[in-house]
This record gives sequence, C-alpha cells and structure tokens, in this order.
Amino acid sequence: MSLTLLSGNEAVARGAWEAGASVGVGYPGTPSTQALEAFACMEGAYAEWAPNEKVALEVAAGASMGGARSLVTMKHVGVNVAADPLFTLAYTGVGAGLVVFVADDPGMHSSQNEQDSRNWGPFARVPVLEPSDSREALDFTRVAFELSEQYDIPVIVRSTTRISHSKGVVNVDGPRRDHPSAAYAKDIGKWVMMPAMARARRAALDARMRELSAHVEGSPLNRVEMRDPAIGIVTSGVSYQYVREALPDASVFKLGISYPLPVAALAAFADEVDRLIVVEEADDYLATHLRALGMSPEYVGLPESGELSPGIVAQSLGGQAPVVRQTVEGLPPRPPLMCPGCPHRGAYNALRKVKAIVTGDIGCYTLGALAPLSSMDSCVCMGASVGMAHGMRLAGQGSDRPVVAVIGDSTFAHSGVTGLIDLAYNGSDALVCILDNRITAMTGHQHNPVSGSTLQGRPATEVDLEALCRSIGVQRVRTIDPHDLETAEQAVREEVASGKLSVIVFRAPCALLIKEKEQPYAVDEDLCTACGLCIRLGCPAISKGEDGKARVDITLCVGCGDCVQVCKFSAIELTGPACDIGGV
Amino acid sequence: MTATVTVVLAGVGGQGTILAADVLAKTAVAAGLDVKLSEVHGMAQRGGSVDTAVRFGEAVASPITDPGCADHLVAFEMIEAARQLRFVKPGGRLLVNTRTIDPLPVLIGDLESPEGVEEALVAEGAIFIDAEELACEAGSPKSANIVLLGALSTGLAFPVELWTEVITARVPAASVEFNLRAFELGRRACGEGGACLL
Repeated sequence: MSLTLLSGNEAVARGAWEAGASVGVGYPGTPSTQALEAFACMEGAYAEWAPNEKVALEVAAGASMGGARSLVTMKHVGVNVAADPLFTLAYTGVGAGLVVFVADDPGMHSSQNEQDSRNWGPFARVPVLEPSDSREALDFTRVAFELSEQYDIPVIVRSTTRISHSKGVVNVDGPRRDHPSAAYAKDIGKWVMMPAMARARRAALDARMRELSAHVEGSPLNRVEMRDPAIGIVTSGVSYQYVREALPDASVFKLGISYPLPVAALAAFADEVDRLIVVEEADDYLATHLRALGMSPEYVGLPESGELSPGIVAQSLGGQAPVVRQTVEGLPPRPPLMCPGCPHRGAYNALRKVKAIVTGDIGCYTLGALAPLSSMDSCVCMGASVGMAHGMRLAGQGSDRPVVAVIGDSTFAHSGVTGLIDLAYNGSDALVCILDNRITAMTGHQHNPVSGSTLQGRPATEVDLEALCRSIGVQRVRTIDPHDLETAEQAVREEVASGKLSVIVFRAPCALLIKEKEQPYAVDEDLCTACGLCIRLGCPAISKGEDGKARVDITLCVGCGDCVQVCKFSAIELTGPACDIGGV
Repeated sequence: MTATVTVVLAGVGGQGTILAADVLAKTAVAAGLDVKLSEVHGMAQRGGSVDTAVRFGEAVASPITDPGCADHLVAFEMIEAARQLRFVKPGGRLLVNTRTIDPLPVLIGDLESPEGVEEALVAEGAIFIDAEELACEAGSPKSANIVLLGALSTGLAFPVELWTEVITARVPAASVEFNLRAFELGRRACGEGGACLL
C-alpha cells in the first residue's frame, strides 16, 4: 500500500484522475482551489482556469458531450454563477461522466456567505455526494464518475473547508482507468433543450432520479453503524467525524449521498433507535427532509450557523465542557492585511483623498475596507462593484462625494465586464477602477485571462483591458501605476470631475510576484514630526513608536516607496549607515 | 487503542506554521499512525492569525480540536500564544517562541500592545524558546519553525531518525543542513534538563 497525506482537495483530484477524467475546468475560490491545481499536475490531465464558474461548467459540459470524463471545480458561491447550465444539464444528462466539485465554507473563513450546496440536489435534481475525509474524497469522486454515466446525470461532490483543507492518510495505489473518448453521435433529443425536447427530457430525468433513488437505498456510500440504540445520529460530511469522536457509542446513519436520500433505510434506522438526532453544519438540510418524510428528529440546540466541532456536538447532547484556560484579556485582533509593497494601497490612497464612495468587490483589495485605509463601502459578490456604482448614481448619490467602483483583474474578467457593458450602454458617469495586479492573488496566485499564462503554464493571450473597455464604449480609459501616488490621485480627480463614464486601470504586479526586493527604507527620527501620514497607508512594515514617530521594519519593507511619497518632511529615506533603522 | 494526540501550531501568516505542521504530520505517518491535519487558507493567510491542528493516533476521526483538548500548543508568536492558550488541556504542554509581532491595529496606534502576556504565559507553565536566535545560530532565521519542531519533538514519542528523514525529504535540498541543525538546537533547548528560558 502506498499511503500518503492528501488534503481533501488533492484527494478529489486523485479520484478524478483514477476515474480517467481527462478534462478539468474551474474558477479559483477558497476552499476549492487546490483541487484543480492538483489535477493540473497529473499525467494525462488537461486543466484550465475559466473566467468564471458558468464558463467552466459549460466547457466541461462540452467535453462530457464529446466523450471525455470531466471535472469542474468551484467554491459554493461559484455554483450560483454556474447554476444556469447546471439545471439544464440535469435534463440533458451527460456524455462521459461529469462531476462538479463544490467546496462550501461553513463559518466563512474566506467567504461572503455560508450557503449550503446540498440544497442544489433537490433544487437542480442532481445527486450530491458528501465525503467525510480525504480517503472518501478520493473514493467518492471516483464513484461519482461511474454514477454520472450510469444514471446519465451530472454529479455534485460537496466538500467543506474542513474536508478540503484537512489532510488525511490516503492509499494512492489505485490505477488510472482508461477512458478514451467515444465517437460523437448527434442526438438533438438529448442535447437541444427546446421546449418539446426539454419536456421529454424532464420526464426522462424524473425516471432517472427514481432509478437513482432505488440505487441509493443499497449504496455502500451510505452506511449504518448500529451501536447503542439509545441515540441514533443521522449525519454526513465532516460532521460524521465529530459525531464519532463526541459520541463513540451512538448508532450512526452516515450518509455519503445526501441527495437523493435513502428513504426506506433512513425510516428503518429511525425505527430502531430511541432518540433520532441529526448532526449537520450550515443549513438544516437533512433535518428538514427527514421531517418531510414523516420522521421526527429531535432538536438538540446545535448552532444555526457556523462550524461544528466534536466539543460542540458532545455538549449539545449533555456532554461536559472541558476545563478551558483563561485567555489574556484585551488581546488585539489580528486581521488579514495588504502585504508590504501591495499595489492596491496606492489606488486606495487616491480614492481616500477624493473621499469617494467605493463600491467594492472580491479579492485581496477587499482588505481596503479595513482601517486605516477604510476606503470601501460595499462588497457583495463577484463583479457587483460595477453595477452597484451605477445603482448608487441612479439613487442620486455622487453629487458631493464621487461614486467609484473598485474591481480586480480576475474579478473583472469573471463578471465585472458585463456590468461595465451595462454602464456604457445606459450612459452611466461612474468611475471604474480596475486594480490589475497581474494575478488572482487572494486564492494563492492563479493565472487568469489577464495574466498571460494558463493553469498548466502555457503562454496565453492577455486580455487587453484598455482596448476591451474602449470597445464596450468607455471613452475615457487610462492606465496608471498605483505606486506613483501623485499621478494616481491626479488621475482619479480628473476622472471624477469629467462627468463621464471612465475607467482607470491601476497596473502593477502583486508584491508577492516580485522576487527581487528593492532596498528597504528607514525613518530619520530627526526629520519625522510624528504626523502619522505614512502610518495611514496601513503598511505592516511601518509602525508608530512610543514617541508617535514612524518606524520601518527593514525585514518587512520591500522598498516600494509609497511611504516616501506621502511624507511631507522627507523623513523616509533609503537605509544606509547613517540612518537609524528603528523597529528592527 | 492508542489515544489520539493533538498538537496545535499557532502563529502569524508567513511564519512557516503550515510547513511545520506538514513535517509533524508526515513524521506521524512514517511512524505508522493515522493522522489528520487541519489548516485554513485564503484570507487568513494575508498576515492574519493562522492556527493548524495536527492529530495522530491509531484512528483519528475529527481533523479539528476544541478548547481545552490539545496536548501541545506550539506558539510561534507571543500574542498568538495568549490567544490560543485556551486550546491546551490541563497538564498539556505550552511551547512559546519569544517573538512578538504586533498586529496592524497596534502598529498604526489604534490599539495598545497587550500587557501581561508573558506573565500570563509563565503562570500557565509555558516553556519559552527564542527560535529566531537558535535559527540564526543554525544558519538561517527562516528555520525558526524547525527549531520549534525540535523543541516539540522532546515531548513526543517519535525517534529522532524519523524526524530527520522527514525534514530531509520535505525542505528544499539547499536548506537541509541548516534545518537539521535547527531541529537539533530546538531539541537541545527543550531536552530533558534542557535550558529552556523560563
């Protein structure tokens, strides 16, 4: 046996590879990202980042229709974007196996909401498999491809942060199944979803789901573990692991398939146990469905939102809370922050100077909402910044403070561009700032249509953002280096004063892409007047000393020079022997 | 059945906690144990608090642990040590790097650096170690995470050869030598009768 430590994401990739999947498509999003990155490294696998999850699923649908087993990866909110093809692909069914890997984020470690992807099962009428650790993530993904072909349906493999980003011991001896594409045969009754065909396929879908429902009653992915019948727990996913740890003697119905549910088997389990209890994170998906099936799971006071843990499960069932040491009071929070040398800082500095109302978007630059930059007013979903800026103007905002949208390069390609088309078409006069740092940074540096490379390192055509914006109909488009603070501020002032729709592309690479650091700066204490202007940039390399004067930590400073430009007293200069390199 | 051992590694994004957790987990795998490791990526990594749990034993269910349940806390930073102290169970081992990294609200002067952190940790029986200094002595400040693993290793049952094997395989070839030295210095600092700064 070849045992290795794999994260849930890596295990999903391995499972898809063993199943013979040859095409992988996705859009990065924590906690799903490493699944496609791992798949991209596997022999015989083709993988690409799509501009968004809808396109990803459509590419995979085409590959499936063309006979290649295909994997699609995204985070939970990505399914909202991909929902349009997903619902109709349930009708068409698949060619070769089509598996949609979705990673939810209960507790919102890195997300804007906590939606529970199990609900897509009954909503879109697609099966949902739920592994409970890395080992199952591999096995279930492999099985998902078989089920997809056997029942002619896309299959969702649903994970959560604690599955995706936990590592466990996995046997990676499984061979890769050979799955050559079959010859393509046209079938418009199956693939052209005009009303007449769609009606027939809807009936066919219902028939397939009935067959699948019969299958899940005996599926080895669902497992009954009878122990003490006093307590019977119905659970799935990582919650199963918490139950095993918290209540080792309890009987457990472990669901590996959370849609469709094994109705008869669940009813039999409910009859055998004294107390029926559902343990699940996020929505009360299982409890609601059990109640609809006439069962009566007890309410035991598990939290309505956020993550569970072994302790939470144990204590909700009367377990004793362990002795916990007293934490020191008044500890300062440690929020995430923009790196030293981050190009976004310059753009926010300019927006703060004009007191802009900033509709924001999703990426590292969302951190601009936090102190001391405090320069963002909203963050809702991928691409929302652009449309919301227009909406704010329609509501009459912007007469005293300009309305500005801020969006990153990858997010703009994802779904900001459609918003900008709307603004140009409908005559908006907002300013849209595209913060182009040449990479999808927050999720860990993935390439995108603007960055010039594909996921597997092939050179790619770069979207010419300026030409794209002009072609949409934006007449005022300019490109600014955000590290040139004065020019950046001047550009923002001019564009908000123009009274026309305009785009500023702030272009400078993510500080983490620059391997050669510039010489660090230091503060001359004799010149520093403790005015605090440089502190307000929010650079982690700059701190305020007890005397109120600034200090630069030369181990963190990358020499971007933003602070030098805001200092009115020339107190920040390159390090040299004469300088006091305080803070080190 | 061997009881599950839980180690929590806590630090600040960029301190190398994830690599340290990976080495620990791989050592446990090499020792023939079941292992689960839980980490959080994404937004938290940008200079935020990062805590990772590594759990090993005959059969490990949950990848995460609860306050009051960890056998060991390895804190890479003092404020994070104080923050994650609650995870260590009574009688658990609390290993703390003496480094302090002020969070942004302190750097910009909005909040004060907290008082009484060291005293509280001392009261809780913390073992202090200057990992950066020992790492420099080993040849690179970057190996502070391996120094801390060396210190942790004296409280775990894995043979030194297993650690050495895993570290050699896991770190870049050019850094094997100073990382092994860092591990040894960490071990010596917290060995039986070792001179941990108390």
